[in-house]
Formats: sequence, structure tokens, C-alpha cells
Amino acid sequence: MRGYELLEHTADIGLRVRGKDIEEIFIYAAEGMFAIIAGTEGIETREEIKIECEAEDIEELLVNWLSELLYCFNVKRILGKEFFIEKLEENRVKGGVKGEEFDEERHLLLNEIKGVTYHNLRIEKKGEMWEAEVIFDV
Amino acid sequence: MSESWTGPLEKVNDFCYEIPRTYKSGMRVPGRIYANQKMLEDIRRDRAPEQVANTAFLPGIVKYSLAMPDIHWGYGFCIGGVVATDPDKEGVIAPGGVGYDINCGVRLLRTRISYEEIKNRIEALINLLFQEIPAGLGSKGGIRLAGKEKERVLIEGAGWAVRQGYGVERDLQFTEEKGALKGADPGKVSSRAYERGKAQVGTLGSGNHFCEIQVIEEIYEPEISKVFGLFKGQITVMIHSGSRGFGYQICDDYLKKMLVHFDKSKLPDRQLVCAPLNSKEGRDYFSAMSCAANYAWANRQVLMHLVRKGFAKFFGQKWEDLGMELVYDVAHNIAKIEEHKVDGKRKRLCVHRKGATRAFPPFHPDIPHEYKQVGQPVIIPGDMGRHSFLLVGTEKAMEEAFGSTCHGAGRLMSRTAAIKSVNKSVLARELKSKGIVIRTAGKETLAEEAPQAYKDVEDVVDVVQGAGISKKVCRMKPLGVIKG
Repeated sequence: MRGYELLEHTADIGLRVRGKDIEEIFIYAAEGMFAIIAGTEGIETREEIKIECEAEDIEELLVNWLSELLYCFNVKRILGKEFFIEKLEENRVKGGVKGEEFDEERHLLLNEIKGVTYHNLRIEKKGEMWEAEVIFDV
Repeated sequence: MSESWTGPLEKVNDFCYEIPRTYKSGMRVPGRIYANQKMLEDIRRDRAPEQVANTAFLPGIVKYSLAMPDIHWGYGFCIGGVVATDPDKEGVIAPGGVGYDINCGVRLLRTRISYEEIKNRIEALINLLFQEIPAGLGSKGGIRLAGKEKERVLIEGAGWAVRQGYGVERDLQFTEEKGALKGADPGKVSSRAYERGKAQVGTLGSGNHFCEIQVIEEIYEPEISKVFGLFKGQITVMIHSGSRGFGYQICDDYLKKMLVHFDKSKLPDRQLVCAPLNSKEGRDYFSAMSCAANYAWANRQVLMHLVRKGFAKFFGQKWEDLGMELVYDVAHNIAKIEEHKVDGKRKRLCVHRKGATRAFPPFHPDIPHEYKQVGQPVIIPGDMGRHSFLLVGTEKAMEEAFGSTCHGAGRLMSRTAAIKSVNKSVLARELKSKGIVIRTAGKETLAEEAPQAYKDVEDVVDVVQGAGISKKVCRMKPLGVIKG
């Protein structure tokens, strides 16, 4: 399986993400996060925002990438539909999001994500695939 | 994560169980969980006790890593956790020990109105309040903060709101810390936090945040109730909200700043990242956290004003004439510098309360003069289908728990599990038959916040009363609930 699934938590929501490489992990995690925030229907790719961030290691980089996307939503009100990576290294990612501004008439918000946490955060190789887990405070 | 916890819990007494220091090497103190035998089963169902053991690793922690009976799994710290550290012994401050929603808290208003007077008009009143109070995901308030104004909110907290006309000076007397922590420095706040918070003063938020019309249905301590101006059959209003996006961003900013120095060999979880109180990062976080705490007090003050305005409109009377006075406002996600006794000596400690409430005893200098004889009011919201409680703090809370007690019911079921298992129309009918009117902004909020998703708050409150760290004053039943 490639993609994301929601993890059960008493007070929070988590994601388990699987992909053929780390790039896919970053992309599926972003898709999963926006699926928690809002219904995926009716979002169009009218705008593009570039994102660049750095971190101490690849796991923290994933949190920073998601936090940047979350910031785009919280401040610029951009709901993401497509995500792209231009360059991914151990400590740095360059990429972005295509989506559009939240429109009450057409989009449905589902959850408020307060933050992307570092709790039980992991990215590891399992057989041929990569797997990651990340937990959000909602 | 969903597997149960099988570690050691040694009975201290009927209401307290200990995780010995020997459980994990690296624990600096034992863990202690306030609970009864019956609750332990639920507590062991998730990994929260492991988190109590993990927070015992924090540098400078004194006495115990504590958890209240509403304990449940959180990220890093458990919800219901109380940790005190000694700044003189390299004690730390941990943003995760406060949480993302800095100064999430509750306030309780009384009225002169009796249940009999409005029992047939609850729905109309709730509909009106639902119009007045911005609630739900992405909702914006009527206040925009710009220039110097935004700094004043962060420094003056609820006092800023009062001086803008959202309430009266005496409201501040009945707010923890008089509605503003000292030491707030807007210079330690990122522009991102400002951006996330600028349109959110006077908004309820989503999820478990609420505004509730209640009736007092049981009085346990008549004399204390009298001091608080409360009587059986009286209408009260409870407001639960926090620092909104502003606080979330501050938590996020400082977790990232502190992570640079994180040492995997010393702490079992990255989310426990921390900095000594006597370091630049530690001091900066404390100043920024104080800004968020003050933002939250301003927010609850404005929300209370909207409630008073709504009632005034509904009844065609001034809110003062309706007797809508603030009983008290408590924070339940916060870190504070307080004086406590350690080994017989008075020490200034940093007390983290994450899903725990301050519960100061009678004659403590930090409680309102009017309440000196009886102790600090502790407001414990329950779920929307059962009840909420008002307690008071005790001397024993001071001795045992750094002047702390529980904060609410505590979740039992995840949000997704609740959405899957709760039939919304059945629940709506059930609540209606109990005489409870609900208005929710979010589509799934009703199911997520269903009573069965929570522990019974009465079990929680009975444990803190049994343990002697609080005393029950009265019980309120919900009549009308607005959820975000």
C-alpha cells in the first residue's frame, strides 16, 4: 500500500504514511494532513506556493514541512490539493503546494490542527518501502 | 499506541498509585497518579502512565511527576500532568508541558435568574448566543489587533479587554493572576504568532471549546456556595476557550528553537524538549508563553462580554441587573512560577499544569479577598450530556500536588472512534429528552464530543475529593450548549 491512513488516538489524530521513497512520504503526509483539515472535494489548483525549510534531521524536516503547509492554511487560508518536491536532502526540502483559498461556499472544514507534534515521530525503511508516523494536536 | 500499559502501579492509598523510580532508569523522581481502583483499568488502556514516567526524566523535577484522575494520553506530557521544577537545580521549562493551547481555561458566571424563569426559553436564548459568539473552525472575531494595541493585549491580558469596554474592573479580581501574567514580553513573539492570532480575540474556537448555560442542581457546601453567590436552581454560564492560533504558534516556535539542543540520550521523547529556566531559551519561552496566556485571558473576557450582551438583549435588561458576575476564571494549560514547600523549605518552583487546575487553599495570598475564608474556586467542566462541578482548593493540594487538581472529564474515546460509533440523530434525541439544547458549528462536533467519548466527570471529581486535594461545592447540569 502507498498513501496514508489515519491513526486512532484518544485525544489526537495521527497519520501512518507509506511510500516508495522519502519524497513520496513527504507528499502523502501533506495529503493526509489536508484530508484531516478539510474535505478534499472541490479544491482546485488555482494558486501555487513555494516552500523551503531546513531541519536537524529527516524526521524533524517532515514536521517542519508539514508545519509550513499548515501555516499556509492558517494565515493565507490555502487548502492544498497537490504537493510537489523539487529537491529533498537530509536537512533541507524545497517544494510547494497547489491549491486555492478556502471558500466557505464550496469547502468543508473538518478539524483544527493546532500543531504538528514530535511525539513518536519516525521515518524508517520497511522492506522495499518507507514508512512514517506523525501525530497532530487537534 | 493503542496497546495497554502493564507497568508497575503501587498503591499509596485508595486514591493514589505510584510508579516507582526504579521502573525506568533515568527517572529522577517517582510518578504518582491520582485514581481509584475502578479507574485504573481505563488509565491502563492507553500509554498515559508511560508518559508520567517519561516526564520524571525532566531535569530539576522535584518530588513527583504527577497525574490527575482525568489523565489520558497526550503527546509528550500526558493530559492531566503536573510537573514542578526547581530553577536553582537546573530545573527546566518545557513547552510540551503547557501544550499548544496555552492558557486554555474555564470561567464561570453566575446570574440572578432561576431555572423556573427560563426553562421554556432555553432554545431561543441559545440561538441568540449562537449568533453573538463566533464559534467553529476558522471563525473570526469582531476585533482586529493592530500596532501598539496588539502589544497591550499581550501585556495586559483581561485588563486590556476591560479597558476596551469588555467588562468591568472587578472581573479582574476574580480571574487567576488577575487576568495577566507578569513578565510577558511581546518582543519574544514571532510575526507568525501575530498573524495567526490577529483576528481571533473573542472567538470560541472548535473541538471541545464551548459556552454553556447551566443550572445548579446540587449544593454540597452551602456556606461556601453562599460566599460564591450560588444557590440551587440558579442559572450559570460556563465558557471554555484558550489562546487560539496565537498560542499554538508560540508553542510550535519554541519547540523548534529548543530542539536544536535536544539530547536523545537524556530524554525519552522529542516532544519533552525543554530548556533550563535560567537560560536564554527558557526565559524567552516563559515571556512568550505569558503573552499567550494573557491573550487567552483577554479572549475569555471578550467572550464573557458577548454572553452578557446576549443575555441583556434577550431579557431586555442590563447585565448588571441580571446579576451576571464572574465567579472565577482558571487556567488549565500553563506554567507558573509559584512558591511551594519542598523538604520543609519554601522554594520558588516552575509548576507545569497540562490539563490540570490550580487549587489554592483558604488564606493563600493569591486568591481574591472575598474568597479568603473558603479557598480558590476550581471549575471542572464535564461533557455536554452529564454535568460540571465547582470545587475549592485545599491545604492538602498544596502539600501533595503543588496546589493542583484535575481539570475535566478526560477523553475515553478517540474522535474518529466517536464519529464511527455515535449515531448523531439518536444522540440529539437523547439530549433533547434530557432537556439539553445543543448548537454546534462543526459537522462532526456533536459525535466527537458525545458524552460516551468522555469519562464520567463525577468519577474524576470523587477521586480528587477522596484524595483531599479539592472539595466539591456544587454541581451544574447543562441546559444549552454552544460548541465550536
